[in-house]
Amino acid sequence: MASPRRESRRISGSERIGMYTLLRLERGGLEPGLPGQFFMLDVPGHIVPRPFSICLAEKGELAFLVNPVGPATRELCELKRGQTIGLFGPLGNGFRTDVERPLLVGGGIGIAPFPYAAQIMGNPPIVLGFRTRRQAEAAKLIPRAEVCIEPQLVTELIPEGPIDVLACGPEPMLHAVRALAPDAQLAWEAPMACGFGACYGCVVEFEGKSRRLCVEGPVLNGRPPVLPLIDDQEEEEAGS
Amino acid sequence: MILNASGCLDALTAPRVARSLDAFVAKTITPEPRPGNAQPRLAESDFGLLNSIGLQNPGLDVFYAEVLPLLEELEMPLWISVGGSNAADYARICERIGERDSVDVLELNLSCPNVDPAAAGAAEIVAACRAVSGKPLYAKLSPQLPDIAEVATGVIEAGASGLSLVNSLRGLVLDEWTLEPRLARAVGGYSGAALRPVALAAVFSCYEATKGTVPIVGMGGVQSGKHALDLIAAGASAVALGSVLFGDLEAPERVRSELEEEARARGFERPSEARGAAHQPFAA
Repeated sequence: MASPRRESRRISGSERIGMYTLLRLERGGLEPGLPGQFFMLDVPGHIVPRPFSICLAEKGELAFLVNPVGPATRELCELKRGQTIGLFGPLGNGFRTDVERPLLVGGGIGIAPFPYAAQIMGNPPIVLGFRTRRQAEAAKLIPRAEVCIEPQLVTELIPEGPIDVLACGPEPMLHAVRALAPDAQLAWEAPMACGFGACYGCVVEFEGKSRRLCVEGPVLNGRPPVLPLIDDQEEEEAGS
Repeated sequence: MILNASGCLDALTAPRVARSLDAFVAKTITPEPRPGNAQPRLAESDFGLLNSIGLQNPGLDVFYAEVLPLLEELEMPLWISVGGSNAADYARICERIGERDSVDVLELNLSCPNVDPAAAGAAEIVAACRAVSGKPLYAKLSPQLPDIAEVATGVIEAGASGLSLVNSLRGLVLDEWTLEPRLARAVGGYSGAALRPVALAAVFSCYEATKGTVPIVGMGGVQSGKHALDLIAAGASAVALGSVLFGDLEAPERVRSELEEEARARGFERPSEARGAAHQPFAA
């Protein structure tokens, strides 16, 4: 698995996709990691960085889908091509993608890890649910996906029978998915200050245990955590 | 001497960062496991970060059996932060952890803003811990004490070896649209740049009250070597890094080298020579 690295990168593009912004950065030597892993992006003028799933990893580029929910994410959406920002990653545990009967289930901004996952997994079936038509414009990032808008729920698009679900979305959606597919790999979300296990800000309760999403997730039921994250070995690898 | 503030670094997930410190301060341990507070636990505010973690920890037994041996493998000075709800809780942990040679210092967290405060007074807790452990005891105090210098002299008289100044301040952040508290517990601990002058004042007055005879770890919003030098000039003998570590893994090395440069630029051969420079010389 790729060791996390902290780098500064130039923004190669920023495009509005409905209510979200796809922020493209020059990749340089950064490894994109696995679908479901994330990077911490510095926000100019803000004390702590913000976590974003890797959305696209096309040649020479890394892209992140940003939902402007507060001051920091709004500022990220306003960044222009040519500006530079710091980022740190890839972090966390991603999805197991070598599953037999995959189905990707995304809700709202939870679509973020799936363009990259679809690329890696060779276009598996994908269902996406959104609250509004404007949100649903993000579905163009995955042209083959089946899409629904509330009041229809994305869980209504999950077929019966044995499937290996990879899901990302709001917590009520994750619970609903889990009720239908108990072994689903679920990517959770919580506010995070560090991304490497230091702050305990992103802890959620899962199967009776407290989990730090940054080191044990964000995908729970996915790959086992690999610790330590930031070790001396990393320097040797980075320097080689 | 550069440390981390308790709860701002996990040496087991980031050993390289821990090793770049002069000592690692572990997250507060309580006698029983604590699951911590509900989500959301974090919210950024102007000039700082609000947290409401709630002393999440595995409890003394699991820490002692499973975590401490792993920390010992780092082979670096360890400070263990101790919490509880009464003097007996603190003493129980100090007695057990204090028996380990690997532990250099027991830091008594007398000031977490995210749990209900201990009913006992700070000096009573320190005295109970002193009675069961010969280890250096540092009392970590809240900047919200009406007279922090008075409490500082009280804990020193009760047997504390040093002071850790300061913990975070109680703060509140509201959602910009709903106007509801952003944190599940509403109020949380406010840290970051806004804490800097508050920490400086606490260090300054405690150094004065103890006549410069007691080691003091200064912390609160340190982001640069100059911030660290200010704390040393106010009376700190060591400096701890808190929320800066969340976004800057190189902060210990950077702050250390900036500190040396800033001290030299002001005519001090070593940063430690600047200790107390903010004070008038004491009358003989």
